[in-house]
Amino acid sequence: MSDYYLNPGLAQPMGTELDEPYWSGLRENLLRVQQCQACQGFQWGPEWICHHCHSDDVTFVEVAAEGVIYSYERVWHPVHPALSDQGAYVVVLVELPHAGNIRMVGNLLGDAEADVTIGVGVRGVFEHHEDADPAFTLLQWERV
Amino acid sequence: MSNTMRGQVAVVGVGETEYYKRGQAPDAEFKLALNAILRACENAGVDPRDVDGFASYSNDRSDPSKLAAALGCKELRFSNMQWGGGGGGGSAAISNAAAAIYSGVADTVVVFRALAQGQFGRFGQGPRTNAIRGDFAYTIPYGLMSPAQMFAMKVVRFMHEHGVEQNALRAISLACYEHAQANPRAVMHGRPLDEQKYDESRWIVEPFHLFDCCLENDGAAAMVLVSAEKAKDFPGKPCYILGAVGGSHYRAGASVHNTPDYATSTFKSLAPRLYEMAQVTAGDVDVLQSYENFTGGVLMSIVEHGFCEPEACNEFFTKDRFLTSGQLPLNTSGGNLAECYMHGLGLNIEAVRQVRGESTSQVDKADVSMVISGPMVTPVSCSIFGSEATV
Ligand SMILES: [Zn+2]
Repeated sequence: MSDYYLNPGLAQPMGTELDEPYWSGLRENLLRVQQCQACQGFQWGPEWICHHCHSDDVTFVEVAAEGVIYSYERVWHPVHPALSDQGAYVVVLVELPHAGNIRMVGNLLGDAEADVTIGVGVRGVFEHHEDADPAFTLLQWERV
Repeated sequence: MSNTMRGQVAVVGVGETEYYKRGQAPDAEFKLALNAILRACENAGVDPRDVDGFASYSNDRSDPSKLAAALGCKELRFSNMQWGGGGGGGSAAISNAAAAIYSGVADTVVVFRALAQGQFGRFGQGPRTNAIRGDFAYTIPYGLMSPAQMFAMKVVRFMHEHGVEQNALRAISLACYEHAQANPRAVMHGRPLDEQKYDESRWIVEPFHLFDCCLENDGAAAMVLVSAEKAKDFPGKPCYILGAVGGSHYRAGASVHNTPDYATSTFKSLAPRLYEMAQVTAGDVDVLQSYENFTGGVLMSIVEHGFCEPEACNEFFTKDRFLTSGQLPLNTSGGNLAECYMHGLGLNIEAVRQVRGESTSQVDKADVSMVISGPMVTPVSCSIFGSEATV
C-alpha cells in the first residue's frame, strides 16, 4: 500500500498557463484560488476573465485550506485499472465560505466506509507525490 | 408566446436498428446510422433521396455530407450538430430540425444518433492518459472520472436537501425493467427485475446500484420530420411537435462542480419554456419518457418539470404510478436502463409511438407525450409531442 489516499497510477495533474499558480502553490502547502482584483469576486475553476465583472485582472490569492462538506460520494466500482484493488473511496465536494463559496473536489481521508455528514467542517491536507515525475501535490481533506 | 413553431412540424416516421450489447454490432457505426435512417424513411413513406437535412448531437461521428452522399440525397440544405455531450441534445436536435423546417431552411430533416461504443471506446470508463491538464486535473486524480461519479455528487446533495430515500430511485428502475419485458426490441427483454434483485445488486457509486445505471449499447435510431402541412401527404398518423427546447440555467457550465445551483437536473430554467411553447402543463402530460443516465437524474427531472414537489418524492416515486395503468406512465419502452442506451433518441421514438398508438406498453390516451433528455449535463433539452387532437 502507498502513503497516498488512492492507489498510484491515475493520470497526474499538470498546470497550464491558466492555472500554474494553483499547482505550484500546493507544492508549498498553500491553497491559491482565483480572485478578481477589480471586484474582489472569487471564482473556481480558473477562468481567463472574471465572470462577475468581466475584468481580466484575475489573480491567484492565498486562502485558508478549510471549508465544509457540500456533497460527497462513496465510490465502489473502479473504472480505472489503477483502482481495481482500491475498494471503496470517498470523494468530497468542499465549499469554502471565506472565498465566495467556491467548491473544490478532493478525497475525504479516513475510513472510506464511515458515515459522511454534509455540512461538517474539513481542513485541507497537502498530499505530496514526490516520487512522480514531475512531482505534484493534491489537496485532500480531513474532518476537523 | 406567439408565433412559435408549436404544431407546425410533425414526425412522420421513426426507425432503429436492432439494439446490441456494447461491442456486438455486426456493422460499422456509419452503416448502423444508414440503416436506421432507411428504416425511418420506410416507416414514413419518404424517399431517402428527398431528405435534405440532418440533425444530431453529442458529437455524432456520422457526417451529414457523407450520409447524404451514401443515400443519394438530391440536395443537402441543413447539417446541424447540437453542442454538448451525453444525451442532453436529444430533444434539442429535434428542436433544431423543427426550427429549420418551420423557418423554411429545409423540408425533410432526419434526426439521428448512431453509437458503436465497442468500435470507439466506452463512456463508462475513465481515460487512460498519464497526464491531465485543465478541468479534469481537478477531478480525475481524486478518482472522480466516470459519468456515474460526476453525477452522483449532485444526486447525493439533492437527496440530502429533500430527505429522499433509496426506494424512490428503485421505483424508476423497476418500472423501466417492467416495460422492457413487453418490448421485444429491449436488450433486457426476458430479464425482469424485482425489489430483492435491485437491493442485492452491487453499488457502483452510492446512491447508484448497478440497476440505477444505463446500459452501454451499439445501434442507431432515427426519425423523419416534415412540416405539418406536408405531413398530411404521408400514410402514417402524424405526431406533432408541440414544443422542443434546449439550454441550461445560469452558469450551469461552471467548471469543477461550481455551478451555483448544483443539485439539479439542469431543467429549472428550461421546463417553463417548454410548457409555454407547448401550451400545456404537467397535469396535461399523458405519458413521459425521462432519460435515465442514472435514476437520480430522472428523480430531479420529474421534480423540475413540476410533476412532484421535492419534499414529496418518497410518496410520489412508486413503481405503480409509472406503469401504463398508473398516473404517470414512465419510460414505456424500457428506456436507457432496459431497452437500449442510444443516447436517449430511443425515448423520443417511444414518445412518438405512444402518440401513434404503436407502443409495446401503450397507454389508453396518449395525446400529450413528453420527453426529458439527458439530465445533469449542459445543455439539456426536452420536448412534447401531440396528437391531431392537440393542434
Ligand atoms: Zn470581477
